[in-house]
Amino acid sequence: MSDRLQGTVMFELLGIPPQALFGQLLLGLINGSFYALLSLGLAVIFGLLNIINFAHGAQYMMGAFVAWMLLNYVGVSYWWALLLVPLVVGVFGVVIERLMISRLYHLDHLYGLLLTFGLALIIQGLFRNQYGISGLPYQIPSQLAGGQNLGFMFLPNYRGWVIFASLVVCLSTWFIIEKTRLGAYLRAATENPTLVGAFGINVPRLITLTYGFGVALAALAGVLAAPIYSVNPNMGADLIIVVFAVVVIGGMGSILGSIITGFGLGLVEGLTRVFYPEGSAVVIFVIMAIVLLIKPAGLFGRPA
Amino acid sequence: MKISNLVLTALAATLMAGTAMADTAVKLGVLNDRSGIYADLAGEGSVIAAQMAVEDFKAAEKGITVEIISADHQNKPDVASTIARQWYDQEGVDVILDVPTSSAALAVNDVTREKNKVFINSGAASSDLTGSKCSPNTVHWTYDTWALANGTGSAMVQTGGKKWFFLTADYAFGHALERDTTAVVEAAGGEVVGSVRHPFPGTDFSSFLLQAQSSGAEVIGLANAGGDTINSIKQAAEFGITQGGQALAGLLVFLTDVHALGLQTAQGLVLTESFYWDLNDQTREWSKRFAEKGDGDMPTMVQAGVYAGVLHYLKAVEATGGKDPTAIMAKMKEMPTDDPLFGKGSVRVDGRKIHDMYLFKVKAPDQSKGAWDYYELVSTIPADKAFRPLADGGCELAK
Repeated sequence: MSDRLQGTVMFELLGIPPQALFGQLLLGLINGSFYALLSLGLAVIFGLLNIINFAHGAQYMMGAFVAWMLLNYVGVSYWWALLLVPLVVGVFGVVIERLMISRLYHLDHLYGLLLTFGLALIIQGLFRNQYGISGLPYQIPSQLAGGQNLGFMFLPNYRGWVIFASLVVCLSTWFIIEKTRLGAYLRAATENPTLVGAFGINVPRLITLTYGFGVALAALAGVLAAPIYSVNPNMGADLIIVVFAVVVIGGMGSILGSIITGFGLGLVEGLTRVFYPEGSAVVIFVIMAIVLLIKPAGLFGRPA
Repeated sequence: MKISNLVLTALAATLMAGTAMADTAVKLGVLNDRSGIYADLAGEGSVIAAQMAVEDFKAAEKGITVEIISADHQNKPDVASTIARQWYDQEGVDVILDVPTSSAALAVNDVTREKNKVFINSGAASSDLTGSKCSPNTVHWTYDTWALANGTGSAMVQTGGKKWFFLTADYAFGHALERDTTAVVEAAGGEVVGSVRHPFPGTDFSSFLLQAQSSGAEVIGLANAGGDTINSIKQAAEFGITQGGQALAGLLVFLTDVHALGLQTAQGLVLTESFYWDLNDQTREWSKRFAEKGDGDMPTMVQAGVYAGVLHYLKAVEATGGKDPTAIMAKMKEMPTDDPLFGKGSVRVDGRKIHDMYLFKVKAPDQSKGAWDYYELVSTIPADKAFRPLADGGCELAK
């Protein structure tokens, strides 16, 4: 048994030794970084395209699978996969947007939702047919194997990397959209596409690339997840419901909202796992219900 | 001359009618998960296994016409019982096979009893099928929670794992597995220092593993299945649980789970199964044919159990010369079982199929000689020790 974790218990908080509590908080933060990364992509797509992208979970799953394929068929390492997979899956997203989603912009949200939901089912079905349901193995890259003893817990290096990568990606996305000229074009194009078009900016291309970017974010999360979660066709379907709740709590379309809520809800879920594990699957939905009752536009959303 | 012709014709007609009456047409329904988490370990593979049993038995030559149909119960008890009713009432199905997911199996168990048909379960785990919920119409073929707990649980305690902590899937199956394993561990002189019930299905098990890690337990018992087990084992390796000296006990691990984990992650895991493709020449020969008929995957014990169950059923049809469920069930329990996959065995009065169970250890990557070479045999649990004693199950048929 790992004596290092037993340490000296100086005080207990609600019956839980503080070491255990810190450990759980850190784990919550790690899960939160997946929520943040996925809900960020959803928020970008919804905020700028007004499409509720139900295929997001399937695209996350594709990210993990493409990483596996690159490794097993072509011999491409994890590090290259981090770069290549978002590109490959992002291009797939662009094709989907051009061929199908772009035809629905003038219709109600519901149509986009139904289309992307259908796409998700088809993609999952195809992968299930080809690779079965149990999943595929994907090892943690050797550079990130092992872990650090933080005194209160053993932190695998890979989990530390996930928090770091997720924070960097989330903050740069927020920066690009909120603080740069490109982001200003994007936001303007969604407010008033005709006017922005009149300034000589190719609005449809901007929209297409935005969708591709949102999909690429999902794929990146998929690559990050491949070494620690089971790589199987349903991995996205399991996660996407929670991520939607995160987006709703943060406020549909709010970039910063989705990042903060993603990390925050990861923490809340982590705490629930210590105090009442049976409730950890529903706690996020309970919070969602409460937030919707008190602040229907979400914590960071602007009332329509 | 004319009269003798007439007599001959009449005789011929009688003979033909006679053979027609000897012909028995049976309809088998393979009801399992064809799209969800148990689709790889049961699914289409179980249908292939049933077809192979019909071919190997040479049913057509023996005057038995067999039709096989299949459906997806989506692991839902309500869907399973609706399909079972429809099959028995409208489709003329005589036997329902496989049915993984304990809650769905218990539902089909009830319907089969009500309609007086035959249910040969291979995929479900709950030992209640031959215990408190036992039925004169059910045979539970491949394994159960008691056998798993007995195999893996006592093996771990014997090798020094006295203190246990459970990671339990929060539904009927997980509770049953935890209950049965706790009994085995305590009977062998071990103790349970804690447990945590995780939502089903789950993705991230690290918080639960961390609780297990700090509990002081020597063994972490995984009372879950499928994707939950895969994720638990994957993350336990990541968090250095096994390197830290704690052992993992996968209480229900299938060959397909090990395939999904990869040997790098799964190595050293101790598990209990009733069948492995590489046990002997007969299992190898059968499994090779199975792989050729399917998509190349080796069979799981669940699929093997469907094959053996169908074989035994067809023998009973041949022996009784009909398909009356009461006669068939009596014959199946009276006649010893003998098939290439499970060897010789028997079906007990409570419906429990009795055969050897095996304790396996997952090989390290450098020990594996190729694809699907995953297990090393640790010990054989003899048939008379492998399953819960008849008197302990609380089955009404055993009284």
